[in-house]
Amino acid sequence: MSQKNPCSEGDCRAPISQRPQVVPVSEAGDAIGSMIAATIDGHEIKVPLGTTILDAARRLGIHIPTLCHHDDLCVAGVCRICVVEVEGQRTLQASCAYPITQPIAIRTHSRKVRQARRHIIDLLLSEHYGECYSCFRNNNCELQALAKEYGVDFFRFGHPEKPLHNVDCSSYSVVRDMNKCVLCRRCVRTCIDLQEVGVLEAVGRGNRTTISTYLDKPLGDVVCINCGQCINRCPTGALRANDPTDEVWAAIDDPTKHVVIQTAPSPRAGIGEEFGMEPGTPMTWEMNTALRRCGFDKVFDTNFTADLTIIEEGTELILRLYKNLVLGDASQPLPQFTSCSPGWVKYIEHFYPEYLPHVSTCKSPQQMFGSLVKTWYAQINNLDPANIVSVALMPCSAKKFECNRPEMCDSGSKDVDYGLTTRELAQMIREAGVHLPEMPKSDFDDPFGTASGSGVIFGATGGVMEAALRSVIEFVSGKKVEDFYEHADIIPVRGFEGCRYVELRIPEAVGPVPGLIGHLVPDWNWIKGATVKVGVAHGTANAKRVMEDIKAGGKFSECHFIEFMACPGGCLGGGGQPIPTSPAIRQARARAIYQEDAAYGKTGKARKSHENPAVLRVYSEFLTDGPCGHKSHHLLHTHYTPRGKYIG
Amino acid sequence: MTIRNDMTLASVPVNAGLTAALKMDRAGVIGVIRNSAMKGRGGAGFPTGVKWNLAAAAQAPRKFVVCNADEGEPGTFKDRVILSEWPDLVFDGMTIAGYAIGAAEGILYLRGEYTYLRKGMEDCLAKRRGTSLLGERIRDKDGFSFDIHIHMGCGAYVCGEETALIESLEGHRGEARNRPPFPVNTGLNGAPTIVNNVETFAWAAAICVKGADWFKTIGTAKSTGPKILSVSGDVERPGVYEFPMGTTIQDVLKVAGGENAKTVVIGGASGHCVPAAEFSRAISYEDVATGGSVIVFGPGRDMLDAAENFLAFFADESCGQCTPCRIGNVRLLEGVRMLQRGECSTKYLHELCSLGETMQIASKCGLGQSSPNALLSIVKHFRHEILGRTPAEAKA
Repeated sequence: MSQKNPCSEGDCRAPISQRPQVVPVSEAGDAIGSMIAATIDGHEIKVPLGTTILDAARRLGIHIPTLCHHDDLCVAGVCRICVVEVEGQRTLQASCAYPITQPIAIRTHSRKVRQARRHIIDLLLSEHYGECYSCFRNNNCELQALAKEYGVDFFRFGHPEKPLHNVDCSSYSVVRDMNKCVLCRRCVRTCIDLQEVGVLEAVGRGNRTTISTYLDKPLGDVVCINCGQCINRCPTGALRANDPTDEVWAAIDDPTKHVVIQTAPSPRAGIGEEFGMEPGTPMTWEMNTALRRCGFDKVFDTNFTADLTIIEEGTELILRLYKNLVLGDASQPLPQFTSCSPGWVKYIEHFYPEYLPHVSTCKSPQQMFGSLVKTWYAQINNLDPANIVSVALMPCSAKKFECNRPEMCDSGSKDVDYGLTTRELAQMIREAGVHLPEMPKSDFDDPFGTASGSGVIFGATGGVMEAALRSVIEFVSGKKVEDFYEHADIIPVRGFEGCRYVELRIPEAVGPVPGLIGHLVPDWNWIKGATVKVGVAHGTANAKRVMEDIKAGGKFSECHFIEFMACPGGCLGGGGQPIPTSPAIRQARARAIYQEDAAYGKTGKARKSHENPAVLRVYSEFLTDGPCGHKSHHLLHTHYTPRGKYIG
Repeated sequence: MTIRNDMTLASVPVNAGLTAALKMDRAGVIGVIRNSAMKGRGGAGFPTGVKWNLAAAAQAPRKFVVCNADEGEPGTFKDRVILSEWPDLVFDGMTIAGYAIGAAEGILYLRGEYTYLRKGMEDCLAKRRGTSLLGERIRDKDGFSFDIHIHMGCGAYVCGEETALIESLEGHRGEARNRPPFPVNTGLNGAPTIVNNVETFAWAAAICVKGADWFKTIGTAKSTGPKILSVSGDVERPGVYEFPMGTTIQDVLKVAGGENAKTVVIGGASGHCVPAAEFSRAISYEDVATGGSVIVFGPGRDMLDAAENFLAFFADESCGQCTPCRIGNVRLLEGVRMLQRGECSTKYLHELCSLGETMQIASKCGLGQSSPNALLSIVKHFRHEILGRTPAEAKA
């Protein structure tokens, strides 16, 4: 995977203490002289200069326990659980942080080492308040697993009987419980290095050290973007998503309520992990059945509104291009930024509010769905919108904040009542006595039953861009995307590179303007033969790079359209996805998503948003004044709040 | 604090060290320091010449000389005396180091509580700048520019640890870094950096004046030169003393007037407790090492109170970064309080000692690695005194 740890690129903001040593490693990894001999537990291996003891041991298949270490993050070396004995040294060394620079002999499980690890676990438990059986991370907790690995059967140095900290439930998205924190600082490194948001930092010293926000304000009051990446990397239950499961069950159990759930593309690529499946095992159709067994009245596919988003956002883009390039009207500037990722939206509201006019006014697929469920769906099914409870299954913690935004009530009440994460839904499914992998397959419900492959790939970084391009290319050229890209796979925008810049040429021969948007632009002559420049960024650290490039007038400032996703890897790496996460796990989920898209093609279903028959039906029956029309503006578009970085 | 005996540093002429050094080439200066076999006066005892040589060999456009004047070890006050009495010698030593390793910038990291010394030191620096002892082309030496500024600490003990000090200089939380890399390769702002104690720089200046051989005639083979000690506690004449390295504890006590002591804690709160039976041991790197602190405990002192005092200090001063130090010190402190109340079983005391040994080898930096020393040595030497208390004896 080309997604690099930020600290290996030299622009990391972490203190040097938390960065791996910069050791010059020869380009040819096996060049003589750059390979160092290491003996680990009697096994010999040659590793490139600068390899950490931990990595060398992993290559030999030797397990060294870790806690503060995470494959996505800078090195910290603070928990000391991974200490090993290095021959000739008095003290034990943290294997995650110790670079091998000369021939070395290491013992990873000597008596001294085992004793030290056991003491460290005992010490952590002596400060860790809470019982495993009342913790949402029960059976998926790294501290618990360590205690088992080292045979902890009593609390050698005691165990707290009372909580010392209040639980911070102020955020719609992220709940912090410092009583369970082991101060591994993964959340701090996630927030500062991986996402470059930086709302969390260690404060205080000695055993008064805590992880805190600016002036210890509640998380709901600081510049947190709700991405939940900290949750995915917390080894214990100190961070979790704000869980509305009880309310959802209550709605399901209330016979007067009509409870519908829309499911985003990424949870189905990840939820199998909650049931012991390999990462990247798609569970789309099994999950539909499981949701019905849980008691949801209707199971919808968010991909429907993903397709709708493409039509609306693509139309908005064409209009922006036309206004800027032909009419000279810069009121809606270029490049246009995507708006599907609520973490990204809050990020730009806080950190680049002056660029909000660039953000597409389209609501995210979740919120478009919410608007349509309580209007069109209610109307055609003779339902009272007040009795509809609209639930959204998302890979995301920021979606919880999004559905609580005051502007997201265009249907007359909350468009989406509850946002569930993949983890929370897995819990509901377990509670319903259902073992997901054994479920028979079933389809989505109408009238949103049909989706296209373009909606599916929204879950991966570059997916929104690819979906949009598929439609825009066909709109303009009047030809099939397949004529330009084999299988309609627009490979250049795919991948895990943090910031991607792609140029595409519009053909000289353009087609007629399709009827759907025929009233908005007269013809395509103004764009034929032009070069369309697009960008893709995932993870807010990369979004920041792109934004700074735009500010400095770099190549991204010349782009016409840029896709931003707050989470590394896009939605499939979202803060609501199963824990743990790693580059390999995200890659496996991406494979599942692209396979589902390809399967749409093989089974003859639509792969392009504008071919989705359900979308066309909405425009002919309900949004009759077309994309970006009056009604669509009322229900499917929104506005943003310049928040800035300064907290009152 | 009173200076109690004759100080060699008082007889070293100001600026003579720098003048002598500038007559040599850089390698020559490092050669002299290496020949003197001086080890760092901060307590860890790393050979100064080796450190300078590593930094001199590192290829980098920028290098730094840092003087560690964050004298925070309980019972240590000799740097304060040196900085008050002979600041010129310290700056001399820093400038010599800058010349030797090829650095143009020196920083003196001054303990927050020593703010009152700053004015005098700034005056001294200004005077040096005015007499071409600092600044561009020092003493007309081509290619050698060096200046020093003073950076104030803020009262964190851990910032006396060299990598935490560097983090603090960079504006971060004072927390120790992972090592390697060592500061001589990757120090302040990623540049090669030497961090030496105040006393080390002063002696470096003296060595350049009096020669490596002079230094070697004092002390022992493995611990050369004189050492300045801060003697405090139950003695008739507390204060700052100079002794040759290798002086026995009993000789120190004789001079300071504390011969009836029951124990001496050498090396401050992070040091070891030496009982009367072992007073013939020598203060030196190979026997009982110290950065300068000698705390004398008279017959009436309760060693459990001493242990409590030290551990309360460490529980408070741990940076909170690594598990063994952050939580370990608190558990040890609680254990000592249980001992005071007569509530600590010998089994639990054994657990605590075992924990202390883990802290000594598993903590990230010297703070956690040395914080259990005092307790472990008190348990070793005063087991009968600390066990068997009854609740009635516990302090209110």
